[in-house]
Amino acid sequence: MANASVILDKVSVQYGKNAALRDVSVSFPKGAVGLLGPNGAGKSTMLKSLLGFITPKSGRLEVLGLNVAEKPMEVRARLGYMPESDGHIPGMNAVTFVAYCGQLAGLPKADAMQRAHEVLYYVGLGEARYRKVEEYSTGMKQRIKLAQALVHDPDLLFLDEPTNGMDPKGRDEMLELIRDLAHNKGVDLILSSHLLPDVEFTCDYVVVLDKGAIATSGSIDQLKGPSGRVFEVRVKGDLQPFIAALTGVGMECHETDEDVMRVFVPGAVGGRGDDQRRICQIAKSTGAQVRHLRTSVPTLEDVFARAIGES
Amino acid sequence: MSPIHDQSYRRYAGTKRPLGQSWQVIAGAGIRSLLSRKLFLAVLLCAWIPFIARAVHLYFVTMYPAAGQILPVDAKYFMLFIDQQGFFIFMVTVFAGSGLIAADRRANALQVYLSKPLMRTEYIAGKLAILMTFLTFVSVVPGILLLVLQVTFAANLDFLRTYPYVIPAVLLSSMAWVIVSSFAMLALSSLSKSTRYVAILYAGTVFFTESVFGVLSAITNSTRLAWISVGANIEIVTDVMFRQPPRYETPVTVAILVLVGLIVLAVSVLERRVRGVEVVA
Repeated sequence: MANASVILDKVSVQYGKNAALRDVSVSFPKGAVGLLGPNGAGKSTMLKSLLGFITPKSGRLEVLGLNVAEKPMEVRARLGYMPESDGHIPGMNAVTFVAYCGQLAGLPKADAMQRAHEVLYYVGLGEARYRKVEEYSTGMKQRIKLAQALVHDPDLLFLDEPTNGMDPKGRDEMLELIRDLAHNKGVDLILSSHLLPDVEFTCDYVVVLDKGAIATSGSIDQLKGPSGRVFEVRVKGDLQPFIAALTGVGMECHETDEDVMRVFVPGAVGGRGDDQRRICQIAKSTGAQVRHLRTSVPTLEDVFARAIGES
Repeated sequence: MSPIHDQSYRRYAGTKRPLGQSWQVIAGAGIRSLLSRKLFLAVLLCAWIPFIARAVHLYFVTMYPAAGQILPVDAKYFMLFIDQQGFFIFMVTVFAGSGLIAADRRANALQVYLSKPLMRTEYIAGKLAILMTFLTFVSVVPGILLLVLQVTFAANLDFLRTYPYVIPAVLLSSMAWVIVSSFAMLALSSLSKSTRYVAILYAGTVFFTESVFGVLSAITNSTRLAWISVGANIEIVTDVMFRQPPRYETPVTVAILVLVGLIVLAVSVLERRVRGVEVVA
């Protein structure tokens, strides 16, 4: 991919006997990219390898055109990293901490202090910037982690579970910030998360990891596919023969939290109502009564479920 | 109506410093942070009391040479001063050093530091610089100042002509204390997340090796096993530098080897412990 911010070429990472990444080859385009996967899929390991914290067993990592193994300092100078776990310098207030991070990243002292104030206002901590970081709430700690990642004006941001532990309002605000950075401020970012709505709201492209391997990748719109080929179905009667019959003709069934199933119909779009008729016929043949059948809009959840094979 | 100026996030248009200078930022911030603690300032000031006492003594010996019969001003005089400062070096090491890495580990700060463009060696160099600055301030600086005072009070260079090795001896023996204490403490600080535990571990190591040596020398009626004690090793090296009769029977080469081994061990511990991520295989 010519327009890639990050490239992984046959990267394998091993923790003792456990493989965290298995021969991963993928390109992250510029813009906002979601790195999705269930817990333990290898998302954080991938980010830490790109930062140079972990040396891969094999393979090549490239960030912004620079080889991570050869030029780790130059790579980090252009990166901002918001870690998943809390991290701060003990004993410092927010503005001192963020300015200190700016200085560590190479900003002159006066510039670092000025940008610390600006960035803290931007992330919504302007009024609390003279408080010690230790005294911050979980949501505020997430914001200051974003501020320290932004202070030196990175070209690429790594955000590892940025909305962890935030209340709904704070979460929405954080997602707005991330979206603004990617779409209005020209900062490329990789957002690692297991929360699909977060990625769907902020990103245009997604890479799905599962068990240390790439399950799928592509633009979210492309992966979701055309609408009208996903149906919400609720039936009365024995569910298992119905699901077996649908699967037998190539359809995919995914259960949801509610009482309904999501049914994917593969292949080209047929005539108007053809898919619905087929589903009803299959239900009739298996003795199930269709109580609810509605065309649905494909979501990232569908893409994710298909990619990691949940059913 | 559009806003006059966008006050949200904006790109940085200035020039960044070249890579490789971040250790100075770490050192500067650490020194400022410690100097803001009153208790630590008190310890630093106390470390200068022996200097003041000896400065007064030097003045009296220069004015009234008979006073020199009780405590003559010679090479040993300066050696004893460096030995005396050993206590304050210990105190400052415990106060300033125990939290240097332990506190960062407790606050998960290593991942923040190492995600910036600085190498692990820069981080360690910055932390070492903090401790070494304060230890230099209580050992090398007063030692050299005392020599300057001697020359100033005497208004001649006779002392330095008689004992030309005193200046390098003061410098090197003080630096031996500074370097060994700094590396040992930094390595211990990287082993734990608790500052108190590190302080106890350091004090315990110093006193334990001292006690073991004391017991063994009493049993064997010999000081050949002085290499067991970290402090004794530095004293052995100091004796040689000041051209004084050795206090212990351990050869100086053995003492130097033990001290170098200690530093190598500390570097190896730091290499393993200072990482952006803890990998538990």
